Amino acid sequence: MLLEINDLHVYYGAIHALQGVSFNVNEGEIVTLIGANGAGKSTTLRAISGLLTPRRGTIRYKDRDITSMSAEDIVRLGVCHVPEGRRIFAPLTVRENLELGAYTRKDKAEIDKTMQRVFASFPRLRERINQLGGTLSGGEQQMLAMGRGLMSRPSLLLLDEPSMGLSPLLVEEIFRIIKEINAQGTSILLVEQNALMALSVAHRAYVLETGNIVLQGSARDMRENPQVKAAYLGVA
Amino acid sequence: MQQASAERPRVSQSRQPAPLSPRASGAGLAWIGRGFLLILAAVVALILARNLLDNPRLFAQIVISGLQLGFVYALIALGYTMVYGIVRLINFAHGDVFMVGSFVSFFAVSRFSLHTWPETAFPGMSPDLSTLIGAISVILLSMVVCAILAVVIERVAYKPLRNAPRITALITAIGVSFFLEFFGALNFVFSPRFIPYQRPFDVYAYYIGGSGIGMVTPSNPAPPDSITFSSIFVIIVITSILMQALLQWLVKRTKMGKAMRASAVDKPTTRLMGVNVDRVISFTFAIGAAFAGLAGVLFAIAYPSIHTQLGILPGLKAFVAAVLGGIGSIPGALVGALIMGQAESLTAGYISTPMRDAVAFTILIVVLLVRPTGIFGEPTGEKA
Ligand SMILES: Nc1ncnc2c1ncn2[C@@H]1O[C@H](COP(=O)(O)OP(=O)(O)OP(=O)(O)O)[C@@H](O)[C@H]1O
Ligand SMILES: [Mg+2]
Repeated sequence: MLLEINDLHVYYGAIHALQGVSFNVNEGEIVTLIGANGAGKSTTLRAISGLLTPRRGTIRYKDRDITSMSAEDIVRLGVCHVPEGRRIFAPLTVRENLELGAYTRKDKAEIDKTMQRVFASFPRLRERINQLGGTLSGGEQQMLAMGRGLMSRPSLLLLDEPSMGLSPLLVEEIFRIIKEINAQGTSILLVEQNALMALSVAHRAYVLETGNIVLQGSARDMRENPQVKAAYLGVA
Repeated sequence: MQQASAERPRVSQSRQPAPLSPRASGAGLAWIGRGFLLILAAVVALILARNLLDNPRLFAQIVISGLQLGFVYALIALGYTMVYGIVRLINFAHGDVFMVGSFVSFFAVSRFSLHTWPETAFPGMSPDLSTLIGAISVILLSMVVCAILAVVIERVAYKPLRNAPRITALITAIGVSFFLEFFGALNFVFSPRFIPYQRPFDVYAYYIGGSGIGMVTPSNPAPPDSITFSSIFVIIVITSILMQALLQWLVKRTKMGKAMRASAVDKPTTRLMGVNVDRVISFTFAIGAAFAGLAGVLFAIAYPSIHTQLGILPGLKAFVAAVLGGIGSIPGALVGALIMGQAESLTAGYISTPMRDAVAFTILIVVLLVRPTGIFGEPTGEKA
């Protein structure tokens, strides 16, 4: 098992945001975590990537306990978190943003190869390589955020709402790329509001409600599940 | 800040509780303020122009002493602006780190004769080369000690407060500043007295004028129509410019520089890139303090009498320079510092010597009123 989360409890002060979440991601899978606003999806990703320290529970990655490891060390193990809201570095150029994504790597030639691969997925970034990150459009920023994540050559990519605020056409594009990244061997944990799209690319899915996993199953089963249909797919 | 709100669109105005037409009165005040400043600027320009015409030689002499101060302030201001850029803290202990830099070089030279080690170790060495290497050793030692001191201060006093309200860290910084000054004033540390500073190398005076350029010696005094300057002036200007360039390169071109700029805008996301942000912050403090240490040595060589409160005024003036240039901006620190140096020496030269410190803080007040973001500051930046 690539990622194994067991009975995770996370607090923000007195707020009990995750109340015993357990799930896992297998090698090569796309797993999606869906849930309403405030369910705790981003919190889950932040706990995995080490930005938050859980009060209880364990996170194991490649059979290693990473529960209390620092964020900067977790990246080195091959877990990359593309945060919600893009969070690109606005005063840095596109190239510098991408270079920071490869901060943990040393080999310049290899880094350059990865950058070329990122440009192959997101040709728009190549055209804007010297533009400041903050001057990109929302969609371009999302591409940059994902490209920057890929620069560390992760084995596990944590994507937090990559389709947020994008036009339908661009959403299609982003999801196509997510599938492509996965096909090249990267496992993906995908957090999405757009459950329909998420379920169409994922292998398995978990539904999170107020800090608890309430449903799980294969993506296909979930699409047919009446509860999911009513609550997340907007179908009665 | 009133000025800024007067120009904002109506929408944001209506949110503020203001009984009388706030737009009109705000705009009026802004105009009075601006008009006053324009008149002030015109008067200053007029006085300066008249002095320049009356006695160009004196004017140039004053500008030179202003440049010397300005380039020292620039070195100190870098530390304020870098640290503010990355942790949004005005590190009031920075001026005292500068003072420690002076003292470290004092002890290195007077007690341990570090400046003469090359001659001692290699007796046949040429004296000039020995002096050069010796002086560089003294300066590097001061820079390293200051860097370590600043890293320790950050770890002990600021890091635990990183998530506390900013005012808490600010007050702590003032506390650290007092600590360094009064701990340094203890008899077994630096002592509370003024101490004559022994330079690691001799300083010479030169003249430049109608009759060419030459060294001033007892047998060859400067001709009356010439301008004089000293070797330390030249060293200060060159060193300060070199350090500015080095820092620009570091911040723009290196991996650490990129990590610094990223940490300045978004620390959690920077950590997600695998950057150890704590280490980046320590590095920033260390670099700023090393520059302050360098400035401390150069300042002591230029004005060779040191004491434990030596850092207060240059520190505050460099802080004003950083604010004037736009705190967080590296070119801003240089420009602000050069303006501060000129303001100070022109005031001392044409108004009165005690006035020069008052002018520095008048500039601070005016900047905060008229353009709180400074010359190069981005208008969205918040101020402490
Ligand atoms: N920094 C914080 N401080 C306090 N509470 C927080 C903080 N961040 C999140 N929370 C709370 O934790 C809960 C889960 O938040 P989280 O961001 O994980 O939700 P989410 O599922 O990602 O929602 P969304 O779909 O809106 O992004 C929410 O109730 C939120 O208010
Ligand atoms: Mg979220």
